[in-house]
Amino acid sequence: MAIPKTRILPPEQIEANAILQSTEHSDVDEETAAHRREYVGLMGKFWFAAAVSIPVMLVAYPELPWFYLPNLFVREVSETLIRGLFILSGLVTLPVMAYSGRQFFTGGWAAFKHHSADMNTLIALGTSAAWIYSSVALLIPGIFPEGTATPFYDVTAVVTALVVLGQALEVRAKGQTSQAIRKLLDLQAKTAHVLRDGNEIEIPVEEVLVGDIVIVRPGDKIPVDGEITEGASSLDESMVTGESMPIDKKVGDEVIGATMNTTGSFKFRATKVGKDTALAQIVKMVQDAMGSKAPIARLVDVVSSIFVPAVMVISILTFLTWINFGPSPALAFAIVTGVTVLIIACPCAVGMAVPMSLVAGVGKGAEHGVLIRNGEALQTASQLKTIVLDKTGTITKGKPELTDVIPAHGFEEKNLLLYAASADWRSEHPLAQAIVHGAQTQGAQLIEPSSFEAVPGHGVETVVDGKKVLVGNSRLMSRNNVDASKIAGEVERLQGEGKTAMYVAVDGSAAGAVAVADTIKEDSIQAVKVIKDMGLEVIMITGDNERTARAIARKVGIERVLAEVLPEDKATEVHMLKKNGKVGMVGDGINDAPALVEANIGFAIGTGTDVAIEAADITLMSGSLKGVAYAIEISKATMRNAKQSLFAAFAYNTLGIPVAAGVLFPFFGLLLSPIIAGAAMAASSITVVTNANRLRFFKARAFAS
Amino acid sequence: MNIGLLFVNLAGLALIGLIVWYFWLYRREGVQVTEVGGFQEATITVKGGYDPDVIVVKKGRPVRLHFNRKESSMCSEMVVFDGIGQSAKLPEGETVTIEFTPEQKGEIPFQCQMGMLRGKVIVEA
Repeated sequence: MAIPKTRILPPEQIEANAILQSTEHSDVDEETAAHRREYVGLMGKFWFAAAVSIPVMLVAYPELPWFYLPNLFVREVSETLIRGLFILSGLVTLPVMAYSGRQFFTGGWAAFKHHSADMNTLIALGTSAAWIYSSVALLIPGIFPEGTATPFYDVTAVVTALVVLGQALEVRAKGQTSQAIRKLLDLQAKTAHVLRDGNEIEIPVEEVLVGDIVIVRPGDKIPVDGEITEGASSLDESMVTGESMPIDKKVGDEVIGATMNTTGSFKFRATKVGKDTALAQIVKMVQDAMGSKAPIARLVDVVSSIFVPAVMVISILTFLTWINFGPSPALAFAIVTGVTVLIIACPCAVGMAVPMSLVAGVGKGAEHGVLIRNGEALQTASQLKTIVLDKTGTITKGKPELTDVIPAHGFEEKNLLLYAASADWRSEHPLAQAIVHGAQTQGAQLIEPSSFEAVPGHGVETVVDGKKVLVGNSRLMSRNNVDASKIAGEVERLQGEGKTAMYVAVDGSAAGAVAVADTIKEDSIQAVKVIKDMGLEVIMITGDNERTARAIARKVGIERVLAEVLPEDKATEVHMLKKNGKVGMVGDGINDAPALVEANIGFAIGTGTDVAIEAADITLMSGSLKGVAYAIEISKATMRNAKQSLFAAFAYNTLGIPVAAGVLFPFFGLLLSPIIAGAAMAASSITVVTNANRLRFFKARAFAS
Repeated sequence: MNIGLLFVNLAGLALIGLIVWYFWLYRREGVQVTEVGGFQEATITVKGGYDPDVIVVKKGRPVRLHFNRKESSMCSEMVVFDGIGQSAKLPEGETVTIEFTPEQKGEIPFQCQMGMLRGKVIVEA
């Protein structure tokens, strides 16, 4: 990167930025590389073990016909030859244990020193018990009862190969599960065009400082967070907020780093860089959430802490049972079943079930702009019974828009709007602004009023184009002796729809009515429907009067409304609702903070680049209610997934261990081969990770078009 | 029952007793922290377990635990302090520090993500 020498920058700051950003990124790079190394290493070990396993297996079954292929090896298999081949098997199996199975022994020993035991302990014990028994049987067969001195080195080799293969596949699958963070980091722009000393230079994004003016051209990626100072464009923010429609931005609007400019050009002032950017905060939140625990996993903890020693005890009991009560050759049966129990038990599957699903679910949420704080929030979100939606700014856009222009007899709609908007042009009242904006959108050329007076609590009295124009309520009309009775009915109707309607009078006669209203966000209706379809009750809460509130509620399909609730009482209302089940409250994170905290789950609608909203359990990066629906959907899907894995893991172990111990033998003569046990064990832990990975393909109804 | 079988049975039962004692009943002793510039510090080696795995600290003063992971097994990739909402990735061969101030007497358990490796911080008054 060529950087002009003329720039003047505080070097410490650049360095600090660079370190912060590069550590984030290189951590993940390094982790990916570490996983890769681990995978390659394990696969190497697998191939070695597999290569040794084939001849060892062939030798283990000398009755197989290949021995007798005419003239291939020998005409007749002598006892000595078999014995020799077995000794050879034993010798070549040693390096399999020492190299391919090394981590079982080192890991198991390290755990042992800590008075704990894990999967490594079980596999190390199982494979070495098989090897030692085989060797003793081979070298001093005399100490064993007749018929039991058969070596089975194949178990050691094949089980090692299978379990190592399982571990390798697991490493790869785990890498995919946590891909979400990788994807987020890849969104980051690499360079930025900034103005320094009046010159435009391209610098690495790490060197952008707060206050820098950044130049963005069509198709550019926004490098850091900031505020537009010049120009306008529309930005694709889907990668951060999940909102698929491009958002129009003008001077003064916030832009989020890592989003994509479409066709306009603009300049913006950097306000957040390095670890303060929305993207960096998102990554941090997702990482934290992935490292947290879902309450359901705490139950598992108890089981996994006693699991391995319990399996060892069961293995010994199995051995003793067979040797005492088993059929002849009892010792051989006892040793094989004992080893099979050790090998089939899979503590990993149990321990991994919940964390793997959590990682996948949290990552999936982040992809759609839904940031779940931790495992507990995710689990609670899946159990919600009620969703309370704040009206203003949550269901609605939060700012009034012109909705109706109704001319009285003898007036044209276009003129009515022109006069009303011109009269309001200089007013700063939000309702007046809505009328002005509405007229401008429709292409009206407004006229500067020659006189303007705002009458508090009434409206405005102005002179536009030589005519006296009044815009306001009925009190303003009576004050000026205007007979507004012919449009009073219309005004009342509009108010019944929850709108704010105003009379307009021109030169002393009623010209018509205009209405503005806080309009609902387009996707609120679908989001409410999805939430209701999941069986949750949706309640609207607002400070507005009952009539206005009902009108909005009807439109979005909400039946239950809590109207005229003072801001400070929202938390109390939420508290009351909690009696009927878990309550999620959706609000703006600032005014609604107490209610968000009171709720079992507080959903904060994100405001631009402020990501880590304290009061929120779940932060929605886009203002759309679809995020709420999605958050609930993904939480439910994740918990369902975790429970499936958990159930499968428990079922596997509770069925597998007794079968391995031989409980089916007295009834069906069925006994599990230790090799099958090894394959089952490897498969069970892969199944858990693969099941979690299914979440990556989760299709939400909230985003179905 | 012949002598050999009796011996095998006794040995098996003894082994079970040994397992129960060694893995479940054995109480591990805590390791005291060292005081460094107002911090209560301890370095924990991560290899098949946490070494030391029981750390004794005093409440009300900041604690720094330096985790040094010396293995590549993915199991120990992450350390989770669920009770205080902290977690950290532990890259192999690097030292990662967890910092917190215990305000209450009691135990703060920590573990790997899967809960196979465990340790705890004992907070004394």
